[in-house]
Amino acid sequence: MRHLLSVTDLDATAATGLLDTSDRLKQALLGREVRKLPTLRGRTVITMFYENSTRTRVSFEIAGKWMSADTVNVSASGSSVSKGESLRDTALTLSAMGADCVVVRHPASGAAHRLAAWIDRDSAATGTHTAIVNAGDGTHEHPTQALLDAATLRERLGSIAGRRIGIVGDVLHSRVARSNVFLLATLGADVVLVAPPTLLPVGVRQWPCRVGSDLDAELPALDAVMMLRVQAERMHGSFFPSAREYAIGYGLSTARAALLPEHAVVLHPGPMVRGMEIAPEVADGPRSAVLAQVSNGVHIRMAVLYHLLAGAQQ
Amino acid sequence: MADDRRGGVTGASPPDRELLSAADVARTIARMAHQIIEKTAGADGVVLIGVPTRGTVLATRLAAAIGGFGGTTPAVGSVDPTLYRDDLRRRPARPLAGTTVPEVGLDDALVVLVDDVLMSGRTVRAALDALGDHGRPRAVQLAVLVDRGHRELPIRADYVGKNVPSARDEQVLVLLGETDGRDAVLLRRGAGGPRTDEGGAR
Amino acid sequence: MNGTANDLLIVGVRPYGEDPVDLLVRDGVVAEMGPGVAERHGRDADGGAIDMVRLDADGLVLLPGFVDLHTHLREPGGEESETIETGSAAAALGGYTAVFAMPNTDPVADSAVVVEYVRRRGEEVGLVDVHPVGAVTVGLEGAKLAELGTMARSAAQVRVFSDDGRCVNDPLVMRRALEYASALGVVIAQHAEDHRLTAGAQAHDGVVASRLGLAGWPATAEETVVARDCALAREAGAALHVCHVSSARTLAVLRAAKADGVRVSAEVTPHHLLLTDTVLSGYDPVHKVNPPLRTAEDGAALRAALVDGTIDVVATDHAPHAAQYKDTEWAAARPGMLGLQTALSVVVHALVEPGLLDWRGVARVLSERPAEIAGLPDQGRPIAVGEPATFALVDPDGVWTVRGATLASRAANTPYEGMRLPATVAATVLRGRITARDGRVARHDEGQGTP
Repeated sequence: MRHLLSVTDLDATAATGLLDTSDRLKQALLGREVRKLPTLRGRTVITMFYENSTRTRVSFEIAGKWMSADTVNVSASGSSVSKGESLRDTALTLSAMGADCVVVRHPASGAAHRLAAWIDRDSAATGTHTAIVNAGDGTHEHPTQALLDAATLRERLGSIAGRRIGIVGDVLHSRVARSNVFLLATLGADVVLVAPPTLLPVGVRQWPCRVGSDLDAELPALDAVMMLRVQAERMHGSFFPSAREYAIGYGLSTARAALLPEHAVVLHPGPMVRGMEIAPEVADGPRSAVLAQVSNGVHIRMAVLYHLLAGAQQ
Repeated sequence: MADDRRGGVTGASPPDRELLSAADVARTIARMAHQIIEKTAGADGVVLIGVPTRGTVLATRLAAAIGGFGGTTPAVGSVDPTLYRDDLRRRPARPLAGTTVPEVGLDDALVVLVDDVLMSGRTVRAALDALGDHGRPRAVQLAVLVDRGHRELPIRADYVGKNVPSARDEQVLVLLGETDGRDAVLLRRGAGGPRTDEGGAR
Repeated sequence: MNGTANDLLIVGVRPYGEDPVDLLVRDGVVAEMGPGVAERHGRDADGGAIDMVRLDADGLVLLPGFVDLHTHLREPGGEESETIETGSAAAALGGYTAVFAMPNTDPVADSAVVVEYVRRRGEEVGLVDVHPVGAVTVGLEGAKLAELGTMARSAAQVRVFSDDGRCVNDPLVMRRALEYASALGVVIAQHAEDHRLTAGAQAHDGVVASRLGLAGWPATAEETVVARDCALAREAGAALHVCHVSSARTLAVLRAAKADGVRVSAEVTPHHLLLTDTVLSGYDPVHKVNPPLRTAEDGAALRAALVDGTIDVVATDHAPHAAQYKDTEWAAARPGMLGLQTALSVVVHALVEPGLLDWRGVARVLSERPAEIAGLPDQGRPIAVGEPATFALVDPDGVWTVRGATLASRAANTPYEGMRLPATVAATVLRGRITARDGRVARHDEGQGTP
């Protein structure tokens, strides 16, 4: 694995390998006072975030630090980025400074792919290698989120293959949904999308999943339901009439959550809009794996850094 | 790693030479168990920590034997040294093995680290570092089924099942019923297969 | 009869790929044509060359010089990407003898001053007739009509108006533009895109874009504007030209309008004929273009429509962009791709080789119809005695590998990088003067040189 740009970079074996590594890392750190492994000593991991995301950035930073990597945060504001430097120049500069890994979050779909292409072209000349990790690119993908969701599902359900997992909400604008649909399908899950037609992409029928329209009808057969964020700006784009109507059709209310089987798990990538997307009682209830997602996030990102940086360059 | 060895057994020529038979392995483990009881005054407060995969199997067997011979049955755990290795960048990222520290913990315990083959000593060095991150044992001793020499670090085993003088390009294959279907220790001549040092053996 | 230095003898050329003839060109006009013309004029008694330019065109296909209704030359204002000089060179090397330069320059070509500048620069360079396209609305802003009459009556003699790059989205403004244009005898060329349906759009609204997370540009945004404009053109009795038709859905609208007698013509670009959105997977913005690359089904329908005449012409939408505008993340990149030097090869590859179009068909879509639509009297003419000697000489057996860096354009944003394509332009002749030959342009002030 040279970069992690998309979940389609991972076949079932590679994805399972990452989940296994994540589990092992979690186990290795369990109950320890000193949560520090020497594995990535001397390696430099730069997080470059062109969008604010405390959660993801801190998760990567902790992951790097727990493995003794030197982590450096670059945020778009206050750096040369805000002075108009292109993404390409910024990336090549960081690579030239010896970054072993650049974790990038960018509002443009494909930004991580572009970075990897530029850096690979550059490193062919210089003989260095910088791994790119996509920490969310536009509405394309967020592979580590899907991996941490998979880790959480496997932990809670024991397995992923054959499980039925519902993904509910703004699929159109969701990189989390894209990564999850394709990763969970790779891992053998049966994925169902439920969303208003305005929030489903045109090509969704070709995705490895089923599309349902009636959430209440799907819930009793689900092993897990993943609620997606609905960003505030969607409410003004005529995607649905009102937050209230959205909540009635697609929000996970207490009554609706009761339709889920006893063992079913509720996930949300955060940050949650309580009330509209998910009732507070459900978000904080026993089915909710929201906090497990967060803690698994660190271990998954450690696993990704481990697989990208610990071994020999390939 | 484990798979390399199992693959090797079914591999092509030249034929492997058997250093220890199944009966030899059983006898050797029994002898090592006696030695541990003797040297630790009844194995009281001893924790056996295996180096996965076969070190953990050996540790489990040793613990049972120690209990069977009248010692205190020691707690068993395992510590994966991979994340502490100094040679990670010499080959593609390897899968991690399990780490389980017994509930009694390692603080003030007499830890006997158990591995199947001792060669360069680098695995043991990494395992010692890993142990240190999980607690502060009173003392750490080392038990290995086979010591084949070629040390690269100042490390010495306290309990050795069998010394096997071997050439660097030879492989020592430890087979155990739990992981390989049968017990045996084999010597494989140079040609073919990856060179097995301790790193490759994990 | 001896020749002069201004005469041109073209030997053994095959008009429209048919039987070989020789042509004697005198004063920019075909003076003689037929077998044996070279025998009578080409050699003196000793077999030596006489004072006359000679093009040995054995086996080359002779076509009327190509006319591009849709070119971005970027000057004034975008000289880091292209100039009238470099763009003219690209045109001549591509077999073009006339190009229509779109008005989305800086300043916008919405006044007589700017269009006259473009026309004059084109004449100074002298490699190709550069016809400025005037803006329909002031600043391309879609609100207030530009001075169409002044531009039409200026020295630039503007005959085509377009806000290309943007759609004249407001139906009332479009109606007024068509009505006003009808009296001037000029054409309104519409970039058909309902901007309300394409807000933020990055790629064809289909399977590929939805997987890549690129906001979709739905085919309906083109179809609905074309339908609306056809209705408006019918009422106004005006000539409407639809730029870069990209979607199969638009074709039904065009067919119905044409059957109904609407004065509508349409163009398709080489890239929409050949490429599909599947090339987007690596997010290389060299493939970003507006309207976007669509599906294989759209491509097949567009090729068929060009053959059956629903689409009249191939226009390049040659859109040079310097590296800093393209070597970026997808969303930040400017849309557009080079086209002048690859158009013929793409047409041959996509239509001639599969047997959909013969050389007369190529002449029709690359030269005759575009000249007719724009009302150019001396371009796209038949190859005959008394007609202007304005030609593209094509080697049908030539094969070349596209390299953006070696194209004449200042920018290198070709989507065909590394592709091996058929057919090369051996020479381009503008009113008897060679403008390009064997991959090199002949400068205006260099004279003809001796072959």
